[in-house]
Amino acid sequence: MRVYVEGIGLHGPGLRGWRDSVPVLAGVQPYQPARTVIPPSELLPPAERRRAGIPIRLALAAGAEALAAAGRDATTLPTVFTSSESDGQILHEICDTLTKPGREVSPTRFMNSVHNAASGYWSIATRSREASTSLCCYDAGFAAGLLECAVQVLAEGRPAALVAYDAPYPEPLHAARPIEGEFGLALVLSADAARAMFALELELGGAAETRLPDAGLEKLRLNNPAARSLPLLAAMARGSANEPVLAYTPAASLMAKVSPC
Amino acid sequence: MQPVLITRFSILNCLASSEAGLLQALRAKRSGLAPCEFETAAIDTWVGQVAGVDDVRIRRGLEEYDCRTNRLAQAALERDGFAAAVAAARERYGASRIGVFVGTSTSGILETELAYRRRDPQSGALPADFRYHATLNTYSVGDFTARYLGITGPSFVVSSACSSTAKVFGNAARMIAAGACDAAVVGGADSLCLTTLYGFRALELTSRLPCRPFDAARDGISLGEGAGFALLEKAGESDLALLGVGESSDAYHMSTPHPEGLGAKLAMERALRAANLGPADIDYINLHGTATPTNDAAEDKAVAEVFGNRTACNSTKGATGHLLGAAGITEAIISMLAVRHGVMPGSAHTRTVDPALRSNYVLEPREGRVRRVLSNSFGFGGSNCSLVIGDARLR
Repeated sequence: MRVYVEGIGLHGPGLRGWRDSVPVLAGVQPYQPARTVIPPSELLPPAERRRAGIPIRLALAAGAEALAAAGRDATTLPTVFTSSESDGQILHEICDTLTKPGREVSPTRFMNSVHNAASGYWSIATRSREASTSLCCYDAGFAAGLLECAVQVLAEGRPAALVAYDAPYPEPLHAARPIEGEFGLALVLSADAARAMFALELELGGAAETRLPDAGLEKLRLNNPAARSLPLLAAMARGSANEPVLAYTPAASLMAKVSPC
Repeated sequence: MQPVLITRFSILNCLASSEAGLLQALRAKRSGLAPCEFETAAIDTWVGQVAGVDDVRIRRGLEEYDCRTNRLAQAALERDGFAAAVAAARERYGASRIGVFVGTSTSGILETELAYRRRDPQSGALPADFRYHATLNTYSVGDFTARYLGITGPSFVVSSACSSTAKVFGNAARMIAAGACDAAVVGGADSLCLTTLYGFRALELTSRLPCRPFDAARDGISLGEGAGFALLEKAGESDLALLGVGESSDAYHMSTPHPEGLGAKLAMERALRAANLGPADIDYINLHGTATPTNDAAEDKAVAEVFGNRTACNSTKGATGHLLGAAGITEAIISMLAVRHGVMPGSAHTRTVDPALRSNYVLEPREGRVRRVLSNSFGFGGSNCSLVIGDARLR
């Protein structure tokens, strides 16, 4: 199936926005890991801004950058949010509270503990009443989300946004699921080539997943589920035709043939 | 949208563990709710707890997935010949041509709560038997379902709170339409846990009585648990079909619905448009009807705007409790029963319909032809989904 990329947003360790990250992802400049800088959201009302944890801010920042790059209005775009975790800090705090007398769970934390919290905040922030799906597929969430978003674009015949984001758990959960760094990425996909940066031809198959030549980026890819998108981002950053492969189900991988428009 | 056939389903909740049992319970207007005695919860509320979950043994080879949510899922997969029907579909299409799109909101959170009690007093570390990937991760129930059924097609878990297992019908229909698979298993599971019991209590949304949807004296929800699955196919023979899916976002608040029911209205209108039907084509609406004062008022406004006061509607949550992530599939299956058996369920525990509400809320079960049902599922984050399920032979 063929879809087009109209805009990209990216915030990760040492990756500050898509445009600034292109030379690093293309292999022209060396990758320098650094703490993720999440730009503050202009979109959220003050009350929601106070309540929003890191995963929500990460998702909103990536989504806003991709939409601005695509020149699309959020109120017209269905969205697909994909993440291995919801908010690990909240999960930890609730589980910890439940071991204490009285079990006084914070209502705000409980309401923000849902896996679709980022989608809910996005919709409040952008005033979008369009459909939004929130997914999880363990380490393959980006591949699953890319397929879902492409299918949605083709079914509806109009653009949609994909937002993938993952941030570390605090201990003791971190030991059980050692995610490193905060990584958020968004793509605006369209069925129409008019505003496209790249064409993506998606195909389920048996090819082995693409690894990254840079050791630092490869480590990032392996340690953060949303960063499993890096082979696709690197292919787009290089700007030439390329066929990155993302691991998906135990039986199939997702090949995304990239060609510049 | 192109209608998708529903060729098999299975269900498990506090009310029933089979199609026949559920039909009987709905006809008798029975409720499965009882005062909460779940785990160590000290909350004055009623719940729809499934009996015998502790005795379920996860199938050999999949033991690492053992958690209450996956036990509920396995028990449902084994009901009413569901796993056998999927095996037959696997023969027809091939394992890689069947997708698994299931939902949950709780996943293995209960086992995580229990593991937190057993943290190392010095280091705070979780016990060595805590299995993150196979239990806590939200994909656990999807991974488990795919492995249990031997399916290798496209798969993911949708987790959008209480709309999760309604939305999976949309995901599956789109995947089938795009040719990514020929058939799909949809549905999912949610278990009772302390997080939801104490969380909803903190939000002051749990009732001390069995929940009373649309009642003048309604004062909150009763939590439930369970699982349900449906097999969707692009072609074949069936009396039931998914005719339309409508999804929307409220863009209002994380836990309170839009007061005018704007998102709910959009979801219903989009579902009707997807099915190419009008309000008069729907014979019964299975409401989200959680029995909180604000939720029911907002949904009523939305229903009245789209359907006026003619279309019969009610909520079955007084019978099953609110299954959160599994509410969508539970009520989709109740809708399938309504069409297949010509029965409209009653509204257990609701006594006096709130006179401030305008929709045609039905208290007693009714027999008669039901051509098509619209089923509503709305969740935290303002996530809304409406399904249209109908007689496949009427196209």
